[in-house]
Amino acid sequence: MKKKVLIMPTVMAFLALMLSGCQPLMIFDPKGPNAKTLSDTIILSIIVMAVILLVVYVLLVNMLTKYRASKQTADYEPPHEEGSKVLEITWTVIPILIVTVLAIVTVFTTSKVENQPKGYGDKKPLVVYASSSNWKWHFSYPEQGIETVNYVNIPTDRPIEFRLYSFGPITSFWIPQLAGQKYAMSDMVTKIHLAADEEGSYMGRNSNFNGEGFAKMEFETQAMSQDDFDEWVNDVKTNEPKLTEAKFNKLLKTSFVGRESFSSTHLSFSPAPMDMSKHNDSKKEKDDSKESHEMEGMDMSH
Amino acid sequence: MSMEELFAPMKEPMILGAGISIVVGAIAVFAGLTYFKKWGWLYKNWLTTVDHKKIGVMYIFVALVMLFRGGIDALLMRAQTAVPENGLLNAEHYNEIFTTHGLIMIIFMAMPFIIGLMNVVVPLQIGARDVAFPRLNALSFWLFAAGAGLLNISFVIGGSPNAGWSSYFPLAGIEFNPGVGNNYYAWALQISGLGTLMTGINFITTIMKMRAPGMKLMKMPMFTWSALITNIIITFAFPVLTVALALMTLDRQFGTKFFAMQDGGMDMLWANLFWVWGHPEVYIVILPAFGIFSEVISTFSRKNLFGYTSMVFSMVLISLLSFMVWVHHFYTMGHGVMVNGIFSTTTMLIAVPTGVKIFNWLLTMRHGKISFTTPMLYALAFIPIFTIGGVTGVMLAMASADYQYHNTMFLVAHFHYVLIPGTVFGVLAGYHFWWPKIFGFRLNEKLGKAAFWCIAVGFNVAFFPLFILGLDGYARRMYTYSADTGFGPLNMLSFAGALVMAVGFMLICYNIYYSFRHSPRDLNGDPWDARSLEWATHSPVPEYNFAIVPKINRLDEFWYAKKEGRDITAGKYERIHMPNNSGAPMWMAGVLFLFSFFFVFSVWSLVIVFAVATLGFMAYRSFEKDEGHHIEVAEIEATERRLRGEQ
Repeated sequence: MKKKVLIMPTVMAFLALMLSGCQPLMIFDPKGPNAKTLSDTIILSIIVMAVILLVVYVLLVNMLTKYRASKQTADYEPPHEEGSKVLEITWTVIPILIVTVLAIVTVFTTSKVENQPKGYGDKKPLVVYASSSNWKWHFSYPEQGIETVNYVNIPTDRPIEFRLYSFGPITSFWIPQLAGQKYAMSDMVTKIHLAADEEGSYMGRNSNFNGEGFAKMEFETQAMSQDDFDEWVNDVKTNEPKLTEAKFNKLLKTSFVGRESFSSTHLSFSPAPMDMSKHNDSKKEKDDSKESHEMEGMDMSH
Repeated sequence: MSMEELFAPMKEPMILGAGISIVVGAIAVFAGLTYFKKWGWLYKNWLTTVDHKKIGVMYIFVALVMLFRGGIDALLMRAQTAVPENGLLNAEHYNEIFTTHGLIMIIFMAMPFIIGLMNVVVPLQIGARDVAFPRLNALSFWLFAAGAGLLNISFVIGGSPNAGWSSYFPLAGIEFNPGVGNNYYAWALQISGLGTLMTGINFITTIMKMRAPGMKLMKMPMFTWSALITNIIITFAFPVLTVALALMTLDRQFGTKFFAMQDGGMDMLWANLFWVWGHPEVYIVILPAFGIFSEVISTFSRKNLFGYTSMVFSMVLISLLSFMVWVHHFYTMGHGVMVNGIFSTTTMLIAVPTGVKIFNWLLTMRHGKISFTTPMLYALAFIPIFTIGGVTGVMLAMASADYQYHNTMFLVAHFHYVLIPGTVFGVLAGYHFWWPKIFGFRLNEKLGKAAFWCIAVGFNVAFFPLFILGLDGYARRMYTYSADTGFGPLNMLSFAGALVMAVGFMLICYNIYYSFRHSPRDLNGDPWDARSLEWATHSPVPEYNFAIVPKINRLDEFWYAKKEGRDITAGKYERIHMPNNSGAPMWMAGVLFLFSFFFVFSVWSLVIVFAVATLGFMAYRSFEKDEGHHIEVAEIEATERRLRGEQ
């Protein structure tokens, strides 16, 4: 039985390693407000869970050491115990309280990461359409009129709004150090709000299995200063070719490509699928043609 | 259907090797049965049986075989990922393996193992002679076996499914998955699912209508309670799977667009339907394990179960909540804060009744007299390990945090931390616990404990590192990764743990052989000094279960009768009415197997032939007069004397 007693310290050691460790795990090394919120939430939940584990382990070790047959006399006959109202109510009510607290934390943090991050003045978010096809990522910048494949550059200190959809199977767009993931699907647009506080290169990938080339479906996210970003945009606009429909269709059919850049986007000839929010709006409009901006509040993808 | 298409998977040497070994094994079994002239015995005693105990044993046998098939898949996956950029498996092969690993372990290992134990134990625990519909029970088993067979031949004939066990559309649709693999998926699950649905109806009826006189619902053993609730979940959840799979077949083989990317199809509709069945499915495999742990912990603490009533209500609550949480499998599809918040809350609420159960088990041991037998070791290891699975489940339930865990190894570690200490330890505890009841001798304790330590330690070494890898951004289902991710060392550790587990499972098999040769036979039918009714009859159990059906006054009647020196099985024998054996379930399942096989390959002429044959079986059954048979008093007396060892 000794080994079981050892599980607890082992777990704690692992937790300690995870939280303080020499090299922080990716999830605990956030570089923007969205990922920071999630990292804090996770650490809070780990602490609460460690306390619960501790209670269970102490009780278990206590029972196993005190009430093992070898510690009892041969004629000891355990008593009949129906149950205990007080104990049973205690271990129902305390977990309900814990769940309540965690539920509030969940709603609060979910709504925080689902909205445009605050603290960046009144800078309008930079909209980037990120669409997936087997097995690559396309990034369209409608504001700048450029498009990239398998890499995305973003300015720091400005809110970014990724709008996600897919040209094939469901994928999941994930830059762990900047934000949690979200599905990209073929029939609607979903959104991720994030901002990068530090310049640097961050791993991004599809995390939802989508067939043969899934393991290699990564992209680099480079966060850079606004000046560097503008310079890069200019560079692409002047030096890279336009993305024609024929070229785009050929690109969609190619399984694996490296990085590519274009000085126009595919959105003009192949617009993003219906936004779920717009879908809701148009339905509502049929019922009662009220002003649609009120319906923004119904936007499911926020 | 061309030969080329049929045997395309054989081009891969590893699959060719597996295919050849299957053929050689089948020939060896066939030749052995012929040589020892055992065909008649096999057909009469096993293949045509409607006896719940034998059907249970067949379920468990197939489940163990599937455990090894799924286990080999697992070892291959861990071997492939043990080092970065490994070339052992290519992407396609890896994708097939993780798909079949999930399917086999859940549908063809965990479920049948549990249904097998329910088959053996539930009628005995309630003092019944068999289940309510014995022949339907045989059909359930054979449909499951047909489904298992269909999925297992897929990797040699035509190609395995490879879109994950959840087979999300559009990836699983005809556009991205033109082969027959996902047709196999649809039909293997469809026919075995029908069998499971029949089991659900059968066991609800059995438990509601066939309890021994005096056994009120609140006097039922906890395992029977868990079986009742599980079968209610089955009966509500499985029709959803049936419909979803039918739509999948229509989409893939008849050009409909339910889940298609265009023409108004909705890919996430499949995900919703799948998880409306899939989440209750998790509780279908976990609740009976809870029941087993309740029996085992109470027996080996020599104490009644603490908080019986709250244990029952917790299970009822879990079963209700299990239908209200499915959305947590895809928080990331872009629901609003409201939807995610509600499903986070319902999901976390499941932790409350589960926690109640954990504390009740702990308190059952207080003031007890704990003996560390093999089944008890599994139950004791379950508590600390499963609690890790449980608390990480609460972490995953928080929608915001899930945006970081979803699709990662953290999730994989979590559900293995729930399913292995929960379901696998549960069925292994039950298997060691009830083995003497089925076969009349105990499994060797030394070997049993050695296997336990291998599995328990190996499990933690194999799966704890995955939590850390997940938090480091390691997405699941990747067939390989580059060295500079730094995932290598922990993956290697995990592979080592998997090997230790494999040793444990091999010891379990060796233990069958060893104990069969060396274990003393058990004569009093109650080797563990246990509490519930199944221990009141002989081991092995006679065909009719109880010569005299006991009267029940309270929970654990058998235990108190033992203490008071009463014999609850005493009385005057009367002739016993029993159902007749029938070969029809096996042949009908065989026909449905062929029907499904040709459906997979769209060979419509043969599909029609076998569909008509299936209907023929049903018509035959409708007009068949089968009154069963009686076991006469003289025969009962002789059997009872023989089983008491008085001859």
